Amino acid sequence: MNTNLRRALGAAVVAALGLPVLAACGGSGGSDGADGGKTVTLVSHDSFVVSDGVLKDFEKESGYTVKVIKSGDAGSAVNQAILSKSHPQGDVFFGVDNTLLSRALDQDLFTPYEAKGLNRVPKNLQADAARHRVTPVDTGDICVNYDRAYFADHKLAPPQTLDDLIKPEYKNLLVTENAATSSPGLAFQLATVAKYGDDGWQDYWKKLKANGVEVVSGWEQAYSERFSGSAGGKKAKGDKPLVVSYASSPPAEVMGVKPEPKEAPTGVATGTCFQQTEFAGLLKGAKNTKGGQALIDFLLSRKFQEDMPLQMFVRPANQDAALPELFTKYGVKVTDPHTLDPEKIAKNREQWVKAWSSIVLK
Amino acid sequence: MVVPLAFFGVFFAYPVTAIVLRGLKDGGRWHFGRVGEVLADPAIGHVLWFTTWQAAASTALTLALALPGAYVFARFEFPGKRLLRAVVTVPFVLPTVVVGSAFLALLGRGGLLDELWGVRLDTTVWAILLAHVFFNYAVVVRTVGGLWAQLDPRQEEAARVLGAGRVAAWRRVTLPALAPAVAAASLMVFLFTFTSFGAVQILGGPRYATLEVEIYQQTAQLLDLPTAAVLTLVQFVAVAVLLGVHAWTVRRRESALKLVDAAHTARRPRGAAQWTLLGGVLTVIALLVLVPLAVLVLRSFDGPDGYGLAFYRALASAGGSGGTFTVAPLEAIGNSLTYALAATGIALVVGGLAAAALTRRAGRLVRGFDALLMLPLGTSAVTVGFGFLITLDEPPLDLRASWILVPLAQALVGVPFVVRTMLPVLRAVDARLREAAAVLGASPLRAWREVDLPLVGRALAVAAGFAFAVSLGEFGATVFIARPDSPTLPVAVSRLLGRAGELNYGQAMALSTILMLVCAAALLVLERIRTDRSGEF
Repeated sequence: MNTNLRRALGAAVVAALGLPVLAACGGSGGSDGADGGKTVTLVSHDSFVVSDGVLKDFEKESGYTVKVIKSGDAGSAVNQAILSKSHPQGDVFFGVDNTLLSRALDQDLFTPYEAKGLNRVPKNLQADAARHRVTPVDTGDICVNYDRAYFADHKLAPPQTLDDLIKPEYKNLLVTENAATSSPGLAFQLATVAKYGDDGWQDYWKKLKANGVEVVSGWEQAYSERFSGSAGGKKAKGDKPLVVSYASSPPAEVMGVKPEPKEAPTGVATGTCFQQTEFAGLLKGAKNTKGGQALIDFLLSRKFQEDMPLQMFVRPANQDAALPELFTKYGVKVTDPHTLDPEKIAKNREQWVKAWSSIVLK
Repeated sequence: MVVPLAFFGVFFAYPVTAIVLRGLKDGGRWHFGRVGEVLADPAIGHVLWFTTWQAAASTALTLALALPGAYVFARFEFPGKRLLRAVVTVPFVLPTVVVGSAFLALLGRGGLLDELWGVRLDTTVWAILLAHVFFNYAVVVRTVGGLWAQLDPRQEEAARVLGAGRVAAWRRVTLPALAPAVAAASLMVFLFTFTSFGAVQILGGPRYATLEVEIYQQTAQLLDLPTAAVLTLVQFVAVAVLLGVHAWTVRRRESALKLVDAAHTARRPRGAAQWTLLGGVLTVIALLVLVPLAVLVLRSFDGPDGYGLAFYRALASAGGSGGTFTVAPLEAIGNSLTYALAATGIALVVGGLAAAALTRRAGRLVRGFDALLMLPLGTSAVTVGFGFLITLDEPPLDLRASWILVPLAQALVGVPFVVRTMLPVLRAVDARLREAAAVLGASPLRAWREVDLPLVGRALAVAAGFAFAVSLGEFGATVFIARPDSPTLPVAVSRLLGRAGELNYGQAMALSTILMLVCAAALLVLERIRTDRSGEF
C-alpha cells in the first residue's frame, strides 16, 4: 500500500478513535527524528538481558539512551526483523545465530561495520570476516547433559560422545527436542550432521531411535519435566537422566543454591556439543547509524562481555573478558565442539529437518 | 458504529489482510496456485484432519463431563457454590504455559495417575482432550447452566402431573428450551479447541499439531508466508462457518422463553440420587480442575529448604531471578494489571459502542458485524502479531515499540466478551423510558445517567471484569508483540520456565499461583455483582 494513503488512513483512524493519548504514545515510542540523535534502539530476542548498571554506564559514557525491543524467541525475532526490514524497528539487531545467519545475510538485513575490539575475537567465530556485516558477540554450546546422581547410583559411566549414545547401556535414557520446533533440538541434529556427514547422520538417528531416544516439543518439557537431573525435573519426577541442553546449564542449576555445593548436580557430555555463535549487526535503514555503531562496540566491550555469562548463560566472544567464578567452578570448557558452515546450514536446513522428522517422528 | 469498525479495521482486518496478501502475492504476482499446492500436501491434510477430530472429541467430552455440572450449578444450592463457580472459571483465563506444566505433573511420568494406577497419558491425545475439558468446563457450565437456572422448574413438574414420565418430561420440556444454549456452548468449545495452540504444543509432543500450531511454525519459525497465508485462510473459513452457525443458534435462543429469577430455582439437593449427582460432579471438578491447580500451588511452596515462601521472596529481587529480567519479576504483576486495565478500557469503549449499535439496528449487515467482532477469537495470534509488525510501522501509527500495542491486542480478545455480555441487557432497556425522561425535561445526558446507567451499570461491570480477566491471561498475542522491557505475568512465567535452575522454576510456579489468585479474585467479584444470567459467559 502506498505510503501517503497509509499515513492518511492512520491519521484518520487516530482521530476517529479519539485517542490522542495513543498517538502521543506511538510518537514517543517510535525512534522518531526528533530524538533520533540521542536514542539508540536495540532489537533482540526474549533472552536478551543486561544488568541495569552496565547499560547505565554505557549511556553515561556515550550520551545515548538505549531502548531495547524484544521480539519472541531467536527464530521469530530474526524473522520479524526480515519482515520489517523496509521500516526497521531499531538500529541494531542482536541475536542471530549461526543456524539462521545465512537467512539474515541473504535478505540483506545489515550494513557492514567493523567493530572496535574485533581483533580480540577468535577467528573461528568470525563468520563474515570478509565483509563485517555481522559481529560475533557470544558463543555457547548445545550438549547432552547428564544427571550425576543417576549414573553414580547405577555405577555407570556417563556417556561422553555421540557414539556412546547409541550403545546398549544407554538405552532409553535420552530425551531431546523436536528439531523442527526447537533450536536446541535443531543444534543437536546439526551436531550429528557435522560428525557423521551427509551420508551418515540419517543412519545414526535410526540407531538412536532404535536405542529409545524420546522426542518432546521444546526445551522446557525436555529439561524441566523429563530430565531427572534438573530442579524442575526432580519435582516433576522426570525419568530421563540424559537431555539435550546447554553447556551452561550446570552453572545455572547451582545459581542461588545455598550452601554452595561442591559440584553441579548435572554434567556435560563434551563430545556431543554443537557450537552456536550469536551475532549483532547494524540494521540497514537504521535512523541512528552512529549510535548503532557505538552500541555494537559496547556489545564487544569487556564490561558487557563480562556481564553476559550470568545474564544470558553464554560465553563471551572477546578473549579478554574474564569468566565469572560460577562458570569456572561449575561449568565445563568444550574444547572441540561440532560446527557447520552457516551457508551449508541455510541450504540444507529444511531438507535435513524433513528427513529427520520422517526418521524419528514417524 | 464508526469507532468499533475503525478499531477492527485498523487493528485487526488491516494487519491480517496485509500479512495474508504478503504471503499470496510475491513480486507483484499472485500465487493462487499455492492454495491448491498447500491443500494437496498430505502433511497439511493430516493436520487438518487432526485439528477437526480432536476438536470434535474435545467438545463431546467437555459436554459429557460439564452438562451434569451445569445442572448442579443451576438447580442445587450448596455451600461454597459461588466460590466454586469462580474457581472453575479460572482455567478459562489461565495461560496455557502454566496449565501445561500442571497437567504434565498430573498425567505425566510419576504423576498422580501414574502413581495410583500406573497410567501415563502425556504425549497422548488423552492429555490434550482432558486439558481441553479443563479449559472449557466453565464455558458449558456458565452458558448452559445460566439459562437452566432461569427455566421455570414448574413447567417440567406440570408435564409430570399431566402424566409424563421423568425422562419424557425432561425430553419434551427442558431439552428443547436448553438445546440452543447447548448448541451455542458446543460451538464455542469447538471453536476454542479447533484453534487450540498452547495445550497442543505442550501436551501433544511433536506428533500432534493443530492448524493454529502449524500456522505458528510456518510463520515464526520457517518464515514460509505463502503456506501460512493459505492455512490462515482455511482457518478463517472454518471459523466463519462456526460463527455463522453460532449466531444462528443465539438468535434462536433469544426467541421468547419464559424465564424466572435464578435465585428461586435452586434448592438443597434431596434424596440419595441428587446427593450422588452432586457428589459426582464435585468429584469430577476436584479431579479435573482443582487438582491441577493445587499441584501448581504446592510446587510454588516447595522450596530448596522444604515448604516455605522462598520463591515468593525471590520474586521481589531482580538479582535473585538468575538474570532473567532486568527488573524484579514481581513488577510483572504491576505491568499485567496496567495493561489489563488499559485493555479493559479499550474493550469497554469499543465493545460498548458496538453493542449499542447492534441494539439499535437490525438486519443482515448488522448480524454480519456481530460475527465479525468474534473473529479475533478464532484467528491465530501469530498472524495478528506479524500483521501488526508490517502494517503499524509508520507514523502516526508506528506502534510497534509502543506499550499500547499490548492492550490493543488484548482488547481484540476482550471485545467479543463485552459485546456478548452487554447485548442482551441493552436490548432489554425500554426506549420508552428514555423518551419519558426526555418529555419530563431531562437532558439527554441526564436521561442516560438516570435511565440507562442504573440498568446497564451492572452488565458493564460484569463485562469489564471479563475483559479484565481475559486480558490478564492473554498470552498468544502478547508474546509476539514487540514491547519494551516490561513482561506481563504470563510472559514472565514462560520466560522463567525457559530457564534452567531451581529458583527460576520455583518462581514460575509462584508467579502462576499469583496470576491464578488475581484471576480468581476478579471472577469472584463478578459472581457477587452479577444477578442477571442471560448473558452468554
